[in-house]
Amino acid sequence: MILAPIDQALLDGEHGPAARRAMEILLRYGEVSEAERFIPIGSAHIDGCLYHGPSSIDFVKRFVDLGGRVRVPTTLNVAAVDTVHPGWHCGPPEILDAQRELTELHERLGCLATLTCAPYQRIARPLPGEDVAWAESNAIVFVNSVLGARTDRYGDFADLCAALTGRVPLAGLHIQANRRPRAIVELPAAIDMPRDLLFGAIGYVVGERLRGEVTFIRGLPADAHEDELKALGASGASGGAMALFHADGITPEADWAAALTDDLPILRIDTAALHAAVETLCPVAPGEAVAAVCLGTPHFSIDEFRGLNAAIAGRARAPATEVYVSTSRAIAAMVDSDPAFAPLRAYGAKIVVDTCTYLAPVVRERDGAILTNSVKYAHYGPGNLGRRIGLMTLERCLRSAETGRVTA
Amino acid sequence: MTIAAKSLVPGRASGPLLVLDVPLSLWGGVDLADGRIVDRTHPQAGACIAGHVLAMPAARGSSSSSSALVELARAGRAPAAIILTQRDPILVVGAIVADDLYGIAIPIVTIAMADWPDLRPGTQLTVDAASASACCRVG
Repeated sequence: MILAPIDQALLDGEHGPAARRAMEILLRYGEVSEAERFIPIGSAHIDGCLYHGPSSIDFVKRFVDLGGRVRVPTTLNVAAVDTVHPGWHCGPPEILDAQRELTELHERLGCLATLTCAPYQRIARPLPGEDVAWAESNAIVFVNSVLGARTDRYGDFADLCAALTGRVPLAGLHIQANRRPRAIVELPAAIDMPRDLLFGAIGYVVGERLRGEVTFIRGLPADAHEDELKALGASGASGGAMALFHADGITPEADWAAALTDDLPILRIDTAALHAAVETLCPVAPGEAVAAVCLGTPHFSIDEFRGLNAAIAGRARAPATEVYVSTSRAIAAMVDSDPAFAPLRAYGAKIVVDTCTYLAPVVRERDGAILTNSVKYAHYGPGNLGRRIGLMTLERCLRSAETGRVTA
Repeated sequence: MTIAAKSLVPGRASGPLLVLDVPLSLWGGVDLADGRIVDRTHPQAGACIAGHVLAMPAARGSSSSSSALVELARAGRAPAAIILTQRDPILVVGAIVADDLYGIAIPIVTIAMADWPDLRPGTQLTVDAASASACCRVG
């Protein structure tokens, strides 16, 4: 690779031994990526702050011991537990201390303990065309597709190395030519599917069929909300390895991409395929007991809280059926301080922060299924939690919560 | 049988071949304590990847698969080597860090899709990615 003076200085240890070690890992990574050179980044978002085991701590601790500091603004993804509500944690108790240590080690490197998978909602919104190093699959596809910023599919470790050096290899989706669409997805003119499942189902089917290919999607509703595009990307990265989609007339690079769609293969997705995807992720039957409803995967936005607040007004849930909503502390604080959310508080929805209920075991009730309107939750939940998960509309989740039984 | 490969992470390792026709996310898809596939939507749910040469056409979404690979390595339950048909930076970083932290080499190679049908599940396979001209061979 061609090294700029800053890259050489980092490798020579002029910016400290931690930056040197990070740069050595990035250099190996860059060589595998066949990158010609490194480029600067504007920010980083770290996924490696989620505790998976002792190796999570071993990796970060070495940088702390070397006196490392991040060189760009750096946010943290979700943690493995909600340490604000430790009493809700039903998993192994030692995870609480291990996660606290892991978060604190990242803070000592200068990372901001945002502990959210959706910092793009309010905390950090990369600009169109800006190069960043973001990890966490939903965040990657969101900043690329919805914001038009540029990140490659960074995994844990590469994200922190980028933050500690401010550099990434010029590879993958940082390169304009690699952002060209490789396939067209055509959706039917009218799809008979409720709106809050539609985007997730589309993402899941596109992710499964086209894996990581950059796609140009035709036929999404023109009024697609940012939260709906969030759901599409999150499910596309769960069903496959989606990292960038262009939505005709909607996303910032779509006009550029539209001019490059001649001769591309076309994947036509029909309504039946979308319904089949939802059915696969909804093995529960009417009448079955409901343990809880879990929302907010990825983290709930303030608009989604407003929608939920309106939907539950005047309703109640069965006493044993909890409703959990995962979000960031920033959004939770807005909800807590706003009197307009009185219905949500009266309903008794529990707001989980710093983590997400599809990986953190908080549902105490062991009997019964967990219901969600998130495709990402329904995909990962069974493996992560060992629970039965049912994917359905928010309305059906709430109707089921009223009786504690899955309704039709 | 010898299949030409491209080395993404160098090294040399052998093991019984486990061929996944559907991509798997190591995070959320594998129990990190024992290496069993727990993704219930995966057709090979229940199979164990530990010590195997793991072949899959591509990886799946999660960024945490780098960590998952390192944690599997620390627990002694990582695959011996990984064969892909598409470059995957997330797994590559995991293998680099597993080597860096614990001295455990998990070679990763890509092969041409045309050679995919030659991968026979269960055969003892050696992935030799010590140099740039890597290969996978029986035995």
